[in-house]
Amino acid sequence: MKVAELESKEVSGEISDIVNDFSIQVATVNGSGSQSSNNVLMKSIFHMGIPVSGKNLFPSNIAGLPTWFTIRASRAGFVARKKEIDVLVAMNGQTANEDVMQLDPDRVVVYEEKLRLAELRDDLVYYPVPFNDLAQEIVEDSRLRRLVANMVYVGSVAEILSIPLTKVEEAIEDWFSTKKRAVELNIEAARLGAKYVRGNLIKKDPFRLEPMDRTNGKIIIDGNSASALGSFFAGVSVMTWYPITPSSSLAEKLIEVLNRYRIDPETGEASFAIVQAEDELAALGVALGAGWAGARSMTATSGPGISLMAEFAGFGYFAEIPCVIFDVQRIGPSTGLPTRTSQGDILSLYFLSHGDTKHIVLIPGDMKECFEMGYQAFDLAERFQQPVIVATDLDLGMNNWMADPFNYPETPLDRGKVLTAEELERIGEFARYKDLEGDGIPYRTLPNTENPLAAYFTRGSGHDEKAAYSERPDDYQKQMDRLLQKLETAKQHIPQPIVRTVEGVTRGIIAYGSSHPAVEESLIQLRNEYAIEFHYLRIRALPFTAPLEAFLGSCQRVYVVEQNRDGQMADLLRMEFAEQAGKIRKIRHYDGLPIDARFITDQVVEQELTKKNDEEQS
Amino acid sequence: MTEVEKRKVKTNRIGLSMVDYKGAPSTLCAGCGHDAVSSQIVKAFYEMGVDPYRVVKMSGIGCSSKTPAYFLGKSHGFNSVHGRMPSVATGAVVANRKLICIGVSGDGDTASIGLGQFCHMLRRNIPMVYVLENNGVYGLTKGQFSATADMGARLKGGSINELPPIDMCKLAIEMGCSYVGRSFAADPKQVVSLLKGALSHRGTAVLDILSPCVTFNDHEASTKSYRWGKEHEELLHSIDFVPHFDQLPETEYDEGESRDVELHDGSWLRLRKVGKDYDPTSNAQAFKMLRETREAHEFLTGLIYIDEGAEGFIERLKLVKEPLATLPEQVIKPGPEILEELMKEMM
Repeated sequence: MKVAELESKEVSGEISDIVNDFSIQVATVNGSGSQSSNNVLMKSIFHMGIPVSGKNLFPSNIAGLPTWFTIRASRAGFVARKKEIDVLVAMNGQTANEDVMQLDPDRVVVYEEKLRLAELRDDLVYYPVPFNDLAQEIVEDSRLRRLVANMVYVGSVAEILSIPLTKVEEAIEDWFSTKKRAVELNIEAARLGAKYVRGNLIKKDPFRLEPMDRTNGKIIIDGNSASALGSFFAGVSVMTWYPITPSSSLAEKLIEVLNRYRIDPETGEASFAIVQAEDELAALGVALGAGWAGARSMTATSGPGISLMAEFAGFGYFAEIPCVIFDVQRIGPSTGLPTRTSQGDILSLYFLSHGDTKHIVLIPGDMKECFEMGYQAFDLAERFQQPVIVATDLDLGMNNWMADPFNYPETPLDRGKVLTAEELERIGEFARYKDLEGDGIPYRTLPNTENPLAAYFTRGSGHDEKAAYSERPDDYQKQMDRLLQKLETAKQHIPQPIVRTVEGVTRGIIAYGSSHPAVEESLIQLRNEYAIEFHYLRIRALPFTAPLEAFLGSCQRVYVVEQNRDGQMADLLRMEFAEQAGKIRKIRHYDGLPIDARFITDQVVEQELTKKNDEEQS
Repeated sequence: MTEVEKRKVKTNRIGLSMVDYKGAPSTLCAGCGHDAVSSQIVKAFYEMGVDPYRVVKMSGIGCSSKTPAYFLGKSHGFNSVHGRMPSVATGAVVANRKLICIGVSGDGDTASIGLGQFCHMLRRNIPMVYVLENNGVYGLTKGQFSATADMGARLKGGSINELPPIDMCKLAIEMGCSYVGRSFAADPKQVVSLLKGALSHRGTAVLDILSPCVTFNDHEASTKSYRWGKEHEELLHSIDFVPHFDQLPETEYDEGESRDVELHDGSWLRLRKVGKDYDPTSNAQAFKMLRETREAHEFLTGLIYIDEGAEGFIERLKLVKEPLATLPEQVIKPGPEILEELMKEMM
């Protein structure tokens, strides 16, 4: 008899089922193979047709420290983090007690029997399972047993939550694919876990999964993979990097697909180059050298790397050299929390380097945009001849998100204003830094262009229109003004903010990047629970553009939701739209964990009440 | 120019005159060693008949790094940030394997701020000629010691250098450099031969050239002055360069008196013995010689080390023959069927 059936017979009608709307947290030890089992559990739910997301909270450590993986099933399709845990799978003795004590009442604990967690509280539902003993039944080797024990939990949880075992088996086959022995062993382990629950435990909790049809044709992907694919379809040919969490998997995914598709099977020759540099300075140096010579080039890094790249970023801006920099933000300052998420680089990125420097920064808010902006960044870099930064973060980059499959970028690559030898011959003159079309964008030539007019001298020092060294005040100012004009032109080509307005509403919310899913969910909470509605604008790029200014103008009060301590985007808005500064209020989330909807809702409500009190008192 | 006058102008094998290899007038101090080196760069590229369009001139920051503006005006130049020229050069030659790359740097740019990138360039064996114009002093900031200044060296103002110098040739060999030469800006014949040899070499070729700073480090007590160089220079060998497009003359020398080294492009270096025996293909001999001359305060110049078998970075990357920079869209942008395949794997 299945637990679900048991439940219908034995549980009284006072508990109503909670179906397809709860979160599961698996607490394991880093390096114990839990990634496979966590992924299999998530994919099983996904293959039931239920919208799902997976977030990995992991330590900066190779093996031994605690790690938590949270799976959120949401029939409404919410993919942001849900702070409250409904089903805890406690596999790690180091954290089990604390994990249990943090649960809300009536939640579920599935745990390794030996941990004896049921003694801690009497207001939870406990399912003790002897995972290790069960694993011992199928493997003797102790190291392998630990890995298999994790798949036993998947089987047990599947049984408790009504996930069909066939879905688990499919997911195991997908995950281990060609490793036949691993597939067999893990399927056996999952079956064993399920069987134990069927034979020994009685379902006492309301959490249940039911098949739906909301994931048909969808994919599960992480933002780093999406950005890597964007770069891949943009035709990136030189990728240079220095390993740093949480950006390494972006570089590694790109290497994987380049090796797979861009090596000639006959000659073994590669139409791309990967350079793992000695540090991030060199990484950007190589990318700029390659961009200057005409190849589509990129690097991927995180905060500390961005700090090191500052000098070269300014060089790229002033000497006007295309390349793409991915910053997968982690929490700073300094080393910060290397495995925790943040939006703390916004101001650094926009102004990266000394002197008057302003960069184009693209800010994806979901998987589709990680892909599309990953692609678009290369067009913009070559069109505007400057480094273009794509700012994601650890939450987008390394966590698992459900998304629609990406659309193939049909538009041809925009290689920008590059003059060939024939064109130079026809025109009869060339001035590297001269604005011929009033858009601030000059023409460039590539080395190895066979025309006596082609050569010019690239430098980070002051130069005139012909790229000759110049300290003349008028030359310097003219170049700086042209760079500003170029940024002005860029405003028409960068991704515009996405604006959603509500009739008769005077308040707005502004957010960007990975805060977006939580804001979407919070807007529904605010409407349903507090009957407050907001306009919503999501920033997708810097510099700011006209729709943003109009949005600020149309609101009496605007909350800027972001994941850093200082409210960096709010400050930037106050700086650039000083006359609107008084309207801007900050909502700042900065504990290193992904922002969640409830936090935003509580903050907005609290600030709304304070504001209301202030108004009443004055 | 009339037709008659035109015919008078001497040209090289690709029909260009020496003038075609010149750059803008130098803004360095009169008598600067760097200008002498620039002249030999012009001469070497002219005599080798290198197509200027294929050349990229790279540099970092400092007096030496300004010089690429003063030679090969028809070539693209890249004056990068301080100490980081190797990374930019790496990107450029990887993006376009047809480029002929020459980098000019100084002792501050290479031995201090750029030491890391210098080492990693050598470790990768990036195809480029790397000219280190070594004067032991920071010129543009008005005369501070650099990391190649000799211990006990004195500046004009009287300050004494109390740290040992970094021997850039020794370091280069240690890092796997496959062409290492030491020379003197006041020895143009040797400089030009070493430059031509470097141009015929496949990986990184480092030339550490004593290039005196006439303003800050050419005084009586200096160990990086013209006078010191002239008084101390001893040749490891005399060097004749025979380009690949010329016939290697029959040797007229006795066994052991001359050694011919074939370079990657088919050119030859003929090294004629002047004093002691020296084998530039032995890095053990190179290290020994460098240590002994350092201890004896000698200044031995010539081809210190060469390994024509070393694999270059481009070969190691197994790149396609055409430059990555100009690959057409259909080669670099994968088709929709590939996206579809990748998406299916994520469902």
